[in-house]
Amino acid sequence: MSALAAILRELAGLFVDDGLLALAILAVVALAGVCAALAPGAPLLVGAVLAFGCLGVLLANVLATTRR
Amino acid sequence: MDEIARIGSVAATTFLASSVEAVEALTIILAVATVRGWRPAGLGALAGLAILAIAVIALGPALEFAPLHVLQLAIGVLLLLFGMRWLRKAILRAAGVIALHDEAKAFAATTAQLREQDAQRIARADWLAGLASLKAVVLEGLEVVFIVLAVGAGRGMIVPASLAALAACLVVAAAGLILYRPLARVPENTLKFAVGALLSAFGVFWTGEGLGVPWPGEDWTILALVAAFLAVGFLGVALVRPAQAEGAR
Repeated sequence: MSALAAILRELAGLFVDDGLLALAILAVVALAGVCAALAPGAPLLVGAVLAFGCLGVLLANVLATTRR
Repeated sequence: MDEIARIGSVAATTFLASSVEAVEALTIILAVATVRGWRPAGLGALAGLAILAIAVIALGPALEFAPLHVLQLAIGVLLLLFGMRWLRKAILRAAGVIALHDEAKAFAATTAQLREQDAQRIARADWLAGLASLKAVVLEGLEVVFIVLAVGAGRGMIVPASLAALAACLVVAAAGLILYRPLARVPENTLKFAVGALLSAFGVFWTGEGLGVPWPGEDWTILALVAAFLAVGFLGVALVRPAQAEGAR
């Protein structure tokens, strides 16, 4: 059981290192999804939210980590 | 983007990413071989490769049954989490916030641990050494498998992605066998920086495709996204490094 938990922890570690970064990425994707649902005629807006959101989240996380 | 450029971008991404993982696995395998010999190191590595092969055989065909948009969205989000994690770490390492990954140190730590087991005359020392080798291959290999499936599956590029990953592993293994020491001179953080930007760009692209975004310039958008992630990465390093140096004084 502990071996299985260790494997699951390792697997999760592939994708989540800093929990705040992972949550922020998921929030950007969710926001892009909401935009896609509310404004189906503006798909480029969805792309812009996704691209600029991820770039912004990355920079903000790096700066915040340094301050911590 | 024509077919050759598309295959080239997928192959280059998987080759570079797989090289980083293969170097890390090789360090542990060499440590096991140095302390306990090639038998446990080789058997552990082969068992690890067998486990990975089973995972690929089980997962690969299952991906073909998933609807394309769902697959692109799921893979895109996982690539974003995986790629941005790499890029964040590479930025922080380049800026001096966290220490660089040192293959020579990892090798020394593993050999010290194995020698301690030797000194304690643990009867299962060969087993434990083999397990260390197996664990390294499975853990680093899982990342390679994920990268191959994630970068290759969205556009039916599993074969070129797999071949590029295999080539990377063979090149690293050959270099390790010839030199018989960890590949400490590989500029690992530079590679992680570049690969993190590539994987993050693929992540934004696939997630967008999954949400129905008609990217202008189609696949060429990936290059623009790579450039944007690299630019933000360099900006992050430039902003953080002076503050870090100031704090160190």
